[in-house]
Order: sequence, then structure tokens, then C-alpha cells
Amino acid sequence: MSDLSMTPEPGHEAGAREHHTDSNQIIAAPQTDGLDTVTKAEASPDVEQPWAELGLKEDEYARIREILGRRPTSAELAMYSVMWSEHCSYKSSKVHLRRFGDLPSETPRGKQLAGIGENAGVIDIGQGWAVTFKVESHNHPSYIEPYQGAATGVGGIVRDIMAMGARPIAVMDPLRFGALDHPDTARVLPGVVAGIGGYGNCLGLPNIGGEVVFDDCYQGNPLVNALCVGKLRHEDLHLAKAAGKGNKVILFGAKTGGDGIGGVSVLASETFDAEGPAKRPAVQVGDPFAEKVLIECCLDLYAAGVVEGIQDLGGAGLSCATSELASAGDGGMRIELDRVPLRDSSLRAEEILMSESQERMMAVVEPEKLDEFMAIANKWDVEATVLGEVTDGEHLVITWHGEVVVDVPPRSVAHDGPVYERPLARPDYLDALQSDSASLLTRPSSGHELREQLLAVLGSPNIADKSWITDQYDRYVMGNTALAMPDDAGVVRVDEGTGLGVAVSTDCNGRFTKLDPFIGSQHAVAEAYRNVAATGATPLAVSDCLNFGSPEDAGVMWQFSQAVDGIIEACRSFGTPVTGGNVSFYNQTGDVAIHPTPVVAVLGVMDDVSKRTPSAWKDAGLALYVLGETRDELNGSEWACVVHGHLGGTPPQIHLDNEKALATVLIDGARDGLFASAHDLSSGGLAVALAEGAVRHGVGASVEFEQGNAFVSLFSESAGRALVAVAPEHVEAFEAMAGGHGVPATKIGETGGGALAVGDLFSVPVAELAETHQAPLRKVFG
Amino acid sequence: MKIGVITFPGSLDDHDAKRAVRLAGGDPVDLWHGDADLKGVDAVVVPGGFSYGDYLRCGAIARFAPVMEKLVPAAQGGMPVLGICNGFQILCESHLLPGALIRNEQQKFFCTDQVLRVENASTAWTNDFEQGAEITIALKNGEGCFVADAKTLDELEGEGRVVFRYLHGNPNGSYRDIAGVTNERGNVVGLMPHPEHCVEEGFGPSTDGLAFFTSAIKALANV
Repeated sequence: MSDLSMTPEPGHEAGAREHHTDSNQIIAAPQTDGLDTVTKAEASPDVEQPWAELGLKEDEYARIREILGRRPTSAELAMYSVMWSEHCSYKSSKVHLRRFGDLPSETPRGKQLAGIGENAGVIDIGQGWAVTFKVESHNHPSYIEPYQGAATGVGGIVRDIMAMGARPIAVMDPLRFGALDHPDTARVLPGVVAGIGGYGNCLGLPNIGGEVVFDDCYQGNPLVNALCVGKLRHEDLHLAKAAGKGNKVILFGAKTGGDGIGGVSVLASETFDAEGPAKRPAVQVGDPFAEKVLIECCLDLYAAGVVEGIQDLGGAGLSCATSELASAGDGGMRIELDRVPLRDSSLRAEEILMSESQERMMAVVEPEKLDEFMAIANKWDVEATVLGEVTDGEHLVITWHGEVVVDVPPRSVAHDGPVYERPLARPDYLDALQSDSASLLTRPSSGHELREQLLAVLGSPNIADKSWITDQYDRYVMGNTALAMPDDAGVVRVDEGTGLGVAVSTDCNGRFTKLDPFIGSQHAVAEAYRNVAATGATPLAVSDCLNFGSPEDAGVMWQFSQAVDGIIEACRSFGTPVTGGNVSFYNQTGDVAIHPTPVVAVLGVMDDVSKRTPSAWKDAGLALYVLGETRDELNGSEWACVVHGHLGGTPPQIHLDNEKALATVLIDGARDGLFASAHDLSSGGLAVALAEGAVRHGVGASVEFEQGNAFVSLFSESAGRALVAVAPEHVEAFEAMAGGHGVPATKIGETGGGALAVGDLFSVPVAELAETHQAPLRKVFG
Repeated sequence: MKIGVITFPGSLDDHDAKRAVRLAGGDPVDLWHGDADLKGVDAVVVPGGFSYGDYLRCGAIARFAPVMEKLVPAAQGGMPVLGICNGFQILCESHLLPGALIRNEQQKFFCTDQVLRVENASTAWTNDFEQGAEITIALKNGEGCFVADAKTLDELEGEGRVVFRYLHGNPNGSYRDIAGVTNERGNVVGLMPHPEHCVEEGFGPSTDGLAFFTSAIKALANV
């Protein structure tokens, strides 16, 4: 066996190399017939190339020729096509995303250790600990092949987190589907949920939250976003760069197969044709067991200090990993592509470069640490192969059986892709939509109608109990979960000794962003921020997954630009930097785009997670208060949608200073142990918060409102509010504290009894609330 | 008291099992699947997870791991051994416990806070419970349906070897609501629910899991 390669199954590698001297090595003829080499490319400038089929535009192809001073080889064309795809290059969004960089990079806890541009942002949470988190989309693959699409979405985001040197500690999945009762939802949703569970459960990562939203606009374009949080000691931070001449470049993990070839360019960057061919072969297939041993192997490698640079292989596979590592380093890189262990020996060089086979990582290792690296990989039965080394040149050179098939400046592949200033235009429909206010809708005129409408909202797909989904996820593994769904945010402990931990929530009300993407995206940030604060955690940072329609539609690009600005304004006010994120365009079928859906994840820190506030009360006799101001704001509300099938008007007002004051009350109250529960008021308003609070532990509540105010009090979706339960002995301290921060605290009643009673207007037994809440998903999925 | 916890490739709850041992007052010891060495431990926990990705059949590959060459005779010789979830599956595959675990009746992975009744409080892993106690333990699995032929089930019932039974609904279709069983001697116990996730206030649905581990420590102290 060569000193360069460690393969547990010698003889099963594709091709053969002279210095693989095992007696059982199969010596096959090099597969170089018809190989397009740099030499050939120089000699045959006029060969027709399939740039259009690979998703490149004519001017992009011309630019590649200009960079290289010749036509690209077919392998180079493959690399540029995947790396310059919308998914990898952010070519339509880059000009807007740059604005995130204008935000101050400090979090309320101090400096960021790594920010946008790395695999994931890394923030200091104190006590020598850092956390990294990121949310990414896997929308298109999950529509085509729900199980594998969703599973590999989890796998990809977990490897991003691992690539920062972190141990993944939790996952969450913000999901959007079409109508609950649509037959295609019955195809997509169970597969997506089983895929997330099948992969995440097997990795041993607790799934602690996320969202499930149903709306017709997602019918042909479900959104499957995946978030992962990781923890690391400050000194363990690893960055993706290939530096140091002579350092070895190692591919480790699963073998490379034909799955996912062209996944990024073909799938993520093209709108589905209503009548198009099935694109299943381009979806990757996951093996969570391989990823689990890869995680443990990576953490052992980090602990041993044998890794100089590390990069995960995700979208665009080896094309991405080699070009990104090389361009982040200080020199060039030389790779022998025929060394890549293959599952399918018939794969061609271009295909190997484009393959998105899962569970692979690439490391840069000093030669003297190679043996130790290989020993650790061997311990975990992880196949590791030296593909080449870092050079002092300026080019990324890739050979196939000795012939040069790629010779490019790596930066031109990884970072100098096209940048588009796409046209923006406020959609024409918006004026009519915004003037169609919900204030014109008929409101309930009796206690009986209020009761019926509360049950209608509580039993609507979006508000309904999601345990049919979340019970398929392991929320307990690792033993550090302090809160998980259906609580407002997921909370996990980071340090077992001190109780230091983090809270994470993801949110986006797509109806609000449809009505006004600027205000709507501020709502997304504010809601996630509020949810994190409701647990008692101090919000520190934001990651986002910006799901939109086609960037070639000026109206969609306007929504995108507005959403970016809205997120920035909210983040500036909250002092929370955007540490990373992801853009998913082309979520539309034909001319119909999804609601703009900028899913925002907020991460917060708690010094002792045992002090976290749950979202539901357990005991009777607690005083119930609404914190914040309730206005007559029903536009875009769950009530308007469910009761009237209406979407119109402008979203509720957003007052960022009020959100901050509310967060302070929630955080300080948790610290001082004042709250038995705290629940953010958002979709469905107070009505839903009260019903959820009662259902959770079977303890009802009696509340009362001023005459004529019950409807607005129950169903308004004014921002900046929370429902808190306070034990009698803490009422005085709580009221003084809220008053001190200028946050209105309105006592509305108290917990107890077997029903939710609203003055003398109506009452609903808790059992009926529970039955109504649980019925919708059970009815469809059993 | 030294209690070993085996790590197989794909084990997930090994860290939690070690924490539980520690909180119960024992000394957790790492055992590695590839080493035929029990490192002088007094008892062993075979933890949950997906050993070898659950490929072929849950526990079917792990049963051939080198460490099992030592574990099986030690268990047959009376060493307290607890198999949790995948560990229970491995112990069944190793024939240390009767029966088998198949796919949940509902055909889905299911995670819930499960109420159990302690049917036998005299095993090495349950002597710190009251007989008949109702406890809440986290349950999370896809292949937790306990099956055996009628004769075996009758024997288990007759000999008091059903250690835990599901209450308030059977979460996976297990025959006779059986959640956990023991061997003739009462030193080897396997169950699908996860006591190691129920050892700390605020993390997990209860602290009822701690008594599993204090039981083993007591059993060892009385030997």
C-alpha cells in the first residue's frame, strides 16, 4: 500500500496507479479515452461545448474563455457551471447580501470569531465557549424526492457546522408545504418528515424546533430548510483554507458515486417546468451512519490537532471544495482526480468533479501529521485518501491519470463568478393588495361566534398541533435539551458544568412578507428574537434562509431587496449581526412564485438553562398578563385567513424599541424567576396562545376583557407582545419591573379550571380545545 | 463501582449513559466495540443508537463485535448488564434476552414521554424501585415492537421476567405491552425506553431513570 493512500478495500479504486502496489490491486487501463485535456483545449478552440445545457449563459461562457485565455476543458466547464450557478455563486443576491456586512459585527456578548464567508458564523458565548449556527435550504430536491432531499439537507448543514471545528448539538427544520388536504402534500410531507427524522435521529442530534406552515403558495414549491447549531471551544475554531506548500489534501468519508451530479445547477437554479421531465437522478442519497462516524472521526482529528484546514463537500462537491480551499489559502493546489475512491468506476472526470455524493469532507494536513490522521480515520473505519497537495503556484491543477484536465485560478471559480444587478420593480398588484384591508371583514357579533371562530383558528392547519411531525424526531438525545417544540424556542445546554446554553428560534410569517416584504421581514426577525427572549435567553445573532421566487422576475428581486433591508434594520436595532445564511431562488412554478419567505433564525445565550421559562403553565392560580400593546391589527392574520379566506392590507406595525424593551422584561423576569410561563403572541394572537397554554398541561384559564374589546384582544396579531403567567408572590415585583422598562402589563385573568373561559362571553372545555387542536394533522396522516 | 458503557460505530446515547452512571454515584468506563476487553468493570450498559446504521437488522452486526466475546460470558456469569433501545436489540440478537424487536406497528419513529409500570423490582437494574411503581421514561425508536412466540411470552410472564410494561397506550405494538424483560437470573435487563435521558431535573421528562443506575450499584454492593 502506498504511503499516500489508505483504502480499507484495496483493489476497489477506480483506475490504477503505479505506486499502488498491493498484490490484489486490479490494474485497469486508465480511462482516458476521449479525455478532454488542457492540451487538447488549446489545440481545438472551436469545439462546440454544452454550456447552455449546464446552465451557463452565453456571456458567462465567454467570460470563462476570457479568464482562461482558451476554451475550458469539459472538466473545467463542469466546475465553472456548478460554481457559477445561482446556488453556489449567489450571483443575483450578492449585491444585496453585501449590505449585511454593513451591520456592526459585535454581538451583545462580544466579538464574532468568524463571520459571513466562512461555512458558518461563529460567535462567542462566554466561558471560553463559542457556538456556530446556520440555516440552509434543500427545497428543490425535497420536492422531487422528499425523503432523500430532506435527509441530505440535514446532512449538508451538519457538515457545514463540523467544518468550523464544532460538535453539532441540535437541529431544527423550518418547513413550508402546500394545502394540508392537497394530495401532493400527502406525498411530500410524510417523506420530508421521515427523511429529517431518519437522518437526524441516526446522527444523534436532538431536533428542538422549527416551523410547519401550510399555504397554497407552496404547493409546487415546498420549502425544506434545515438549521444546525454546533459548539466549540474558542481554540478549536477551524477555517476552510489550504495553506502551506507541501501539505496534503485528503478526501475522507464516503466513496464518490453518480448521485447528485449537477444537482446544484440543474435543480436549485432552475424553475420547475409544469410539464418537465422527472429530475430524480440529480437528488443525492444520504447515509446517516456514514455521517455519524464522520462526525466522530472529525472531532477526534480536531482534538488530535492534525488538521490545518477543513472543508465539507456539499453542493458542487469536489469542484467547490478544491476551489474554495485553494482560493482561501495562499498558494495553489494539485489534485490527482483518479485517486478519488469511487462507487461507480465508470464515472468520468467531469462527473467526479460535479458529484454531490454525501458524507464526504476534505482536509489539509501537514505531511508529518499524515500518519496520525490516517490512524484516526482507520479507528472509525472512515476511508481517507490523499488526493494531492498544496503548491506554491497560483493555479488549481487537476490531473486524470497524469493528464491535466483542469488548470484554473481557483478564485475565478470560487469567488469571481458573475454578479448581476437584476432589475427591481415594486409589483403592480401590491397597491390593490394593501388597500384591501381586513378592517372591512365581518367580525363576530356574539360570544357564540367568538367561540366558533376561536375553534376554527385553533383547528386550522397552521395553528394545529404538530406533534404528528415532531414526535418523529428525537428531542432527547445528548441529554442536554432544556426546551423543545412546542415551546417558543429550542434550548440546549452547552456546558454541563455551568449550565451555559443557547436558545434558537426560526420564524417567518409569509403573509406579512407578501403584504410588505420590508415590514414583514422585520416581523420575522422580531418574532424569532421575541421567542428566544421568551425562554429567558439573550438574543445574540441572526442567520437566515431567504426563500424567494425567480430572480429574473423584477417583482421578486424587489421583494428580495426589501427583505434584506428589513432584516438589516431590525438587526441594527437589536444589535444582532447576521452571521451567515443561504439564498434559495427559483421557488416558483411557471409565473407563480411563493410568498417571499425569509426564514430568520435567532440564537441567544443563557448562563444557566435550568432557569429557562417554558411556554405553558402547569399550575392553577397564576396571574395571566399580556405584555405589550394590543392594537386593532388583523391584516394578514390567521383569523382573516381562516374565517374569511382573506389576505390584504398592510402588516401590523413594528416598533423595534418596544421589542427590545419587551425582551428585557422577559430576560430579566426569567433571571429573577418571576415567570411560570411566557409565550410569544404571534399567529392567531392571544386566542391561540391561551388555548395552547391550556392544552399543554390540561390547566385552563379564565380571562376577561373590557366590553367590546374581546374580539381584538383575542385575534389581533400586534407585534411586541407576550402572554406571561406569574405566581401571586411575584406579581408585585413583576409589575414594577415591567413598568420600569416602560412595557405595558395588562392583567387579563388567571390560570385554573378545566376550561378556557372568556368572561361571560363563552367557555371551551380544555378537552375540546385539545381535540380541536390535534385533529387536523391526525385526520390527514392518521 | 465501575460501570462500562460500550461505544459501537453509530452509538448515540453512550455519553448520556455515562452521565447517568456518574450522577448515580458510579464510575463510568469507556468500552470500545473493537476491543475484546471489559477493562475490569463491575457492570455494563449497552447504550442506544444505531450501531452499524441498523443495517441488516438492528443489533445484528453489533452482536459480532469483539467486545461481545467478553460481554456474553460475563453476563452469563451474573454481571449486571443493561441494554437500552439499540442495546436491548443487541442483547436479544446475542441471545442474552429472549424475543426480538421489530418495526413499530405504526411504521414510524416515535418519540414520547412514556409511562411504564415496574413489574419486577428485584432485578439488578430495578431493585431501587417499588414493585408496581409507575414511572415516566423517554421513549424514542423506530423498531421497538417486542415480539416473541406465545410460549416464550407465557414463560416470561410466569417467571416474572417482564420487567416493564407500557401504560396508557401501547406506543409500538409490543406484545402484551412489554417494554422490558430480564433473563432468568435477573442480572441482564433490556428495555426500549431510555432511562439515561431521565436523570436530571429540567432535562428530560422526569428523573425516574436514575434508579436504574442506583439499583445496579446497590446490587453490586450487596454481592
